[in-house]
Amino acid sequence: MNNKLNWTRKDLLALSELSKEEIELILETASSFKEVSTREIKKVPALRGKTVVNLFYEPSTRTRVSFEIAAKRLSADVINIIADSSSVRKGESLVDTGKNLEALKIDIIVLRHNSSGAAHLLARNVGVSVINAGDGWHEHPTQALLDIFTLKEKFGKIQGLNVTIIGDIAHSRVARSNIWGLTKLKANVCVCAPKELLPQDIEKLGVRATTDIDEALKDADCINVLRMQLERDERSVFPSTLEYFKQYGITQERLKKLKKNILIMHPGPLNRGVEISSEVADGENSLILEQVTNGIAVRMAVLYLVSQAK
Amino acid sequence: MKEKSKVMDKETIRRTLMRLAHEILEKNKTVENLCLVGIRTRGVYLAQRLREYIYEIEKKTIPLGILDITLYRDDLTLVSNQPVVHKTEIDFDITDKDIILVDDVLYTGRTVRCALDALIDFGRPKTIQLVVLIDRGHRELPIRADYVGKNIPTSKKEIVEVRLEEIDNEDTVLILEKDE
Repeated sequence: MNNKLNWTRKDLLALSELSKEEIELILETASSFKEVSTREIKKVPALRGKTVVNLFYEPSTRTRVSFEIAAKRLSADVINIIADSSSVRKGESLVDTGKNLEALKIDIIVLRHNSSGAAHLLARNVGVSVINAGDGWHEHPTQALLDIFTLKEKFGKIQGLNVTIIGDIAHSRVARSNIWGLTKLKANVCVCAPKELLPQDIEKLGVRATTDIDEALKDADCINVLRMQLERDERSVFPSTLEYFKQYGITQERLKKLKKNILIMHPGPLNRGVEISSEVADGENSLILEQVTNGIAVRMAVLYLVSQAK
Repeated sequence: MKEKSKVMDKETIRRTLMRLAHEILEKNKTVENLCLVGIRTRGVYLAQRLREYIYEIEKKTIPLGILDITLYRDDLTLVSNQPVVHKTEIDFDITDKDIILVDDVLYTGRTVRCALDALIDFGRPKTIQLVVLIDRGHRELPIRADYVGKNIPTSKKEIVEVRLEEIDNEDTVLILEKDE
């Protein structure tokens, strides 16, 4: 327990820049917030009078809804701005949009953007808090925090856990944030993908990398299955989704050869029959829906901490 | 910070809590509808002790909940030390129950105000009754305790510190004075 540690950051931008203690403080705070969503009146007044803006330049349903629910359960007012339908289409820059929001006296911007570094750029230019809800291929810190929170809930600790992240490592901000967070908490992280989707220098981040799925999974306590980003044009990268499923898809057959209590995570949305079979996604080893539930507590904790930064 | 006086020792705290347990039973006549809710941190340990004493007297265990009031504080933006949010654990329905709310020191009344707001978010209790080990005066809100261990007149410069074995390794109540 980090009773002594004060949260000092006005923003949450990336797990790469957080200390182990800061990550633990977020997880600890999240576990206190989890209970709020089980009450009959699912609301506490901690952010009463604050305004949270979800500023989304990329399509997202689950992350935006999760942030919106988290903010509302803290009694904040929430405004959603989808870049498609705003003055962004008229050519307004991100920083100008941020400064205009600030002039409207809002308190927290939750930003989803297709460019890596967008959240940092915005945070440098505005005085209000910025929470990164995914920037390009860079980071998606709250997703990794909720993954780690879910693991910690199941295993009691993160240190020494064998976590395998499998899928499009090259283009995945979820993978990158997970790698930063898990390695800081001393988990053993292995990343696995076809070689076209596995960055050459990834092992510099302190993980093991392999293209051999059997090798990647043999000691795993948990598999974090990434979503194949079918909306990107990857036809040139691997033959077909069917081919990928055959080689790298997580199926019941594969699980039979692994640790009996192995747990499966997926950040969603699922491509059933591409990276994971329905049987596994809906099976007893799956934590997928628990991740969704935990996402609210983790985002409540982050919203609360940045709003209380000293 | 210097120690001015010791107002309660281990034995006095024990006797006082035992008396409070009797008073709670006397007023409520039965334990059937009672639930204890302790306010973090020291109210929780006092509530646990009251539950034991009530068990000694009546041979019945009553439900015990834990309330963290951090999220309900009206001074979140003022306090210099950032309060850590801890878990609230109330795993029974409080609707129509007689809730015995327990805290160590009653001072401005603001903590109790938060606790009342928080409790009412959990349901609609029949009554909420407040037990405190120490009432030191200086209320800023119209709040009073139903059961008081000891009334201690204090000045605002003083601090009343309740130390309990469960976390402080000793049972004692001290009056400290802030250095000028």
